[in-house]
Amino acid sequence: MAIAHEFEYFKPESVEGVIELLLKYKGKARLLAGGTDLVVRIKDDLEFPEAVIDIKGLTELGKLEFKNSRLFIGSLVTFNDLIDSKIVEGKFPLLWESSKTIASMGIRNRATIVGNICSAVPSLDSGPALLVYEANVVVKGSEGERVIPILDWFLGPRKTALNAYEFVYGITISLPEKRNGGSYVKLGRYNGEDLAQVGLGILALEGNEYRLAFCAVGPLPCRAKKIEALLNGKPLTDSLIEEAKNLVPEEISPITDVRATKEYRLHVAKIMFERGIKAAVERLNGKGPAYGKKLI
Amino acid sequence: MKKIAFILNGEKRNVYVEPNDLLLDVLREKLGIKSPKYGCGRGDCGLCTILLNGKSVRTCLILAIEADGQEMLTVEGLSKDKLTPLQESFIRHNSFQCGFCAPGMIMTATEFLEKNPNPAEEEVKEAISGNLCRCTGYTPIIEAILDVKKK
Repeated sequence: MAIAHEFEYFKPESVEGVIELLLKYKGKARLLAGGTDLVVRIKDDLEFPEAVIDIKGLTELGKLEFKNSRLFIGSLVTFNDLIDSKIVEGKFPLLWESSKTIASMGIRNRATIVGNICSAVPSLDSGPALLVYEANVVVKGSEGERVIPILDWFLGPRKTALNAYEFVYGITISLPEKRNGGSYVKLGRYNGEDLAQVGLGILALEGNEYRLAFCAVGPLPCRAKKIEALLNGKPLTDSLIEEAKNLVPEEISPITDVRATKEYRLHVAKIMFERGIKAAVERLNGKGPAYGKKLI
Repeated sequence: MKKIAFILNGEKRNVYVEPNDLLLDVLREKLGIKSPKYGCGRGDCGLCTILLNGKSVRTCLILAIEADGQEMLTVEGLSKDKLTPLQESFIRHNSFQCGFCAPGMIMTATEFLEKNPNPAEEEVKEAISGNLCRCTGYTPIIEAILDVKKK
């Protein structure tokens, strides 16, 4: 299917150039990085931009670097860049593990993690990892730069804290100070293109601290605060897991759609929680399945 | 219309495109490159895969204008002089029946073997996921890719 409507195309080479175009088109311009989401939406007549601003002219946005215990992921960094990075694999294994579950190699060669959080669909696989690592989103706009905590980023399906005259420059993640282990459990029907029916990211930190975030089971990816409150400060035992499992339905509000029913998602979310938290704690202790090994 | 210039299968080419032209359509209709096929049109099936700057990409999701200044390789360029060991392995294993998925599989596996010349079966499966085969059920495709390393 071809694209039915027309738009202007620009490829600025500076931050100022991008902002100038955003101001000129007053919310009617769309930013293009990998295009794996935007082009589908334009084809499907879900978006009618007057202008498409290709940010691939800003080479600085391709930066992926670890400095002063902080990872910077520029807006042009693709999921395969993350997967191929030894720093990401070694220091932020939960981000690495969740990136490997996304679509296929050909999509991951183009799709960017910043594009993923800007599309902000409820099933986004990068959401749970960024939420538990408590990442920050660096945005630039006509008013200058601001840093938005990822916990305040998602406002609704396809709604974010970004305004029409801003664009995302990159994401930063500070290395957790405590030793940690993580797991991303994704329920999909098959590999290669499927969206998550349920996604759960867990970070277990030394000293019995736990962080959990779900995706695809509510309008936004979000932290599971009640479960965290129950678990925090306690060593993981079978009875604690059972108690926490009963809280899962209070944390999520899945719907029935083409991919799965509400009941199925609720049922499997509990099993995913049990397997995920065990794997995260085992990995914290240097045991357990290797990262990337499917847990469901 | 804007004139874009790029390297396609080792040759300098240029073509006039509109901003809303898709790369797949321009390759097939304006440049006569028929190996990438139109399948799902949304990046799910892998039929339209080519290598853009050495990386496998879905041309149904790329604007032609984005290819300005880039380097592209399709099956036509890959086997310009002779078949690659990968293509010969696909023939030996009878991997394809209708051949519709073949160009996408070939380009995807070409990039993959470049990055990982000695893969495990699980890695091959992961690499070709997102490339849908309609006939032979993947097994002879996976075997052919694994067989390249042995030769």
